[in-house]
Amino acid sequence: MSKKSQKFEGDPNTTGHEWDGIEEFDNPMPRWWLWTFYATIIWGVIYTIAYPAWPLINGATAGVLGWSTRGDVAAEITAVEEANAPVNAKLEAAELTAIAEDPELGSYAVSAGSAVFKTWCAQCHGSGAAGAKGYPNLLDDDWLWGGSMEEIHATITHGIRNEDSDEARYSEMPAFGRDELLEKEEISQVVNYVMSLSGEPQDASKVEAGSVVFADNCASCHMEDGTGDRAQGAPNLADAIWLYGGDYATLTETVANSRYGVMPAWNTRLTEAEIRAVSAYVHQLGGGE
Amino acid sequence: MSILDKHKILETNATLLLIFSFLVVTIGGLVQIAPLFYLENTIEKVEGMRPYTPLEMAGREVYIREGCYVCHSQMIRPMRDEVERYGHYSLAAESMYDRPFQWGSKRTGPDLARVGGRYSDEWHADHLRDPQSVVPESVMPKYGFLEEKKIDGKYIGDIMATNALLGTPYSDEMIEAAQADFRAQADPDSDYDGLLERYGEDINVRNFDGQPGISEADALIAYLQMLGTLVDFSTFTPDASR
Repeated sequence: MSKKSQKFEGDPNTTGHEWDGIEEFDNPMPRWWLWTFYATIIWGVIYTIAYPAWPLINGATAGVLGWSTRGDVAAEITAVEEANAPVNAKLEAAELTAIAEDPELGSYAVSAGSAVFKTWCAQCHGSGAAGAKGYPNLLDDDWLWGGSMEEIHATITHGIRNEDSDEARYSEMPAFGRDELLEKEEISQVVNYVMSLSGEPQDASKVEAGSVVFADNCASCHMEDGTGDRAQGAPNLADAIWLYGGDYATLTETVANSRYGVMPAWNTRLTEAEIRAVSAYVHQLGGGE
Repeated sequence: MSILDKHKILETNATLLLIFSFLVVTIGGLVQIAPLFYLENTIEKVEGMRPYTPLEMAGREVYIREGCYVCHSQMIRPMRDEVERYGHYSLAAESMYDRPFQWGSKRTGPDLARVGGRYSDEWHADHLRDPQSVVPESVMPKYGFLEEKKIDGKYIGDIMATNALLGTPYSDEMIEAAQADFRAQADPDSDYDGLLERYGEDINVRNFDGQPGISEADALIAYLQMLGTLVDFSTFTPDASR
């Protein structure tokens, strides 16, 4: 701490402010800073002329470059659509079963379909398409409504049990317990019978009676041997693949209250080419017929 | 004496500096904010918008209460990647009856502006109960308690009346029938003609959570299932200048 402020020859003027003997030089602002400042002002003026900026009475100035956010995104989407238009047109024109046979078209469909699947389908069917309880596994060859290209395409286009499409796939298994179509004991018997079909441990004493209940109530859709009927969306009960679960408690719940899984109709959100692409993707996952 | 020298008067007088700073900020604010209230191109009118039904409004209240907006936005930005993933970019008019709007500012989860109809009701019920059961990668907490909490829509009319006060076009008839409409929408076996008459033919009338009674999950799913579905984009042509 100096006791006394000192002024030297050649020092700039001071601002005249003084605190406890400390004085402030009146230096000009750095030149580089000033020029940057002026440049930003000029840039600001040019920018507001080039791009939408000043509000007027009915709208804002449009800017001489004619740029707009909406125009920008529309142009970007159009560019991609145009680039894909030839191959998409080919995809839409091709026979569904012929898509996989054309190596170029097939590989485009599968990779485009993979992107569609991950965006729109993975939330229910899983990112690896293995499904979850109540949402079918698409990797196996057990299909509710059919696993050919045509059937997969129809299912994706119209969905299942939704209100969006009149052509949505529809089946309605009765709620045998809730609507009192079967006694509790009868349900227990038929569940044990169904479990015996796929060789799961069951109460053997009820199987015999269960087979009668099955023949009277279930066979018309699930067939006499329990292998199901895809035309009605009736699942195969004779394999060990279960949508909701094959244990006694889950099956009892299924028979008593039934299950009505819903899938949206995708023709409202996806283009025909996208639906075909994702059909091809699902078809080649392992279970395609 | 140039104008720059007069600047010293402001610099040495705190009250004057305050007054002039305030003036400058006011002008800036007016230029930026005021035009938004009168410019036609910022208040685009689109067809199909309607106020929320009582059940959807109750679901929106749950959505806000649970802080869904902290992780989910409801604003699809006009960019190609967003449009491809979520659907048509959001229009200002689509949140015209949102008080407050739920645009959000962070996406830990996906955008929900057009989640309506994208999944089944059952999926929503499963997903709220245990998100990881359907999306193993998800970090969303479980909201199973919503379906336990039954609600009767007792105060929904008051909420609608408040919104009407702020300009949402709820008629007196709508407010009066609020509780009845609330119940009707969650019960497909009820007489819901009045509800459709007041709010439109496309209202979803379902037992949204699949459980007996009306729960908060019913209301929330009803709300989620209509999000972004009101404007028909097959007939809408965006005006590029907006």
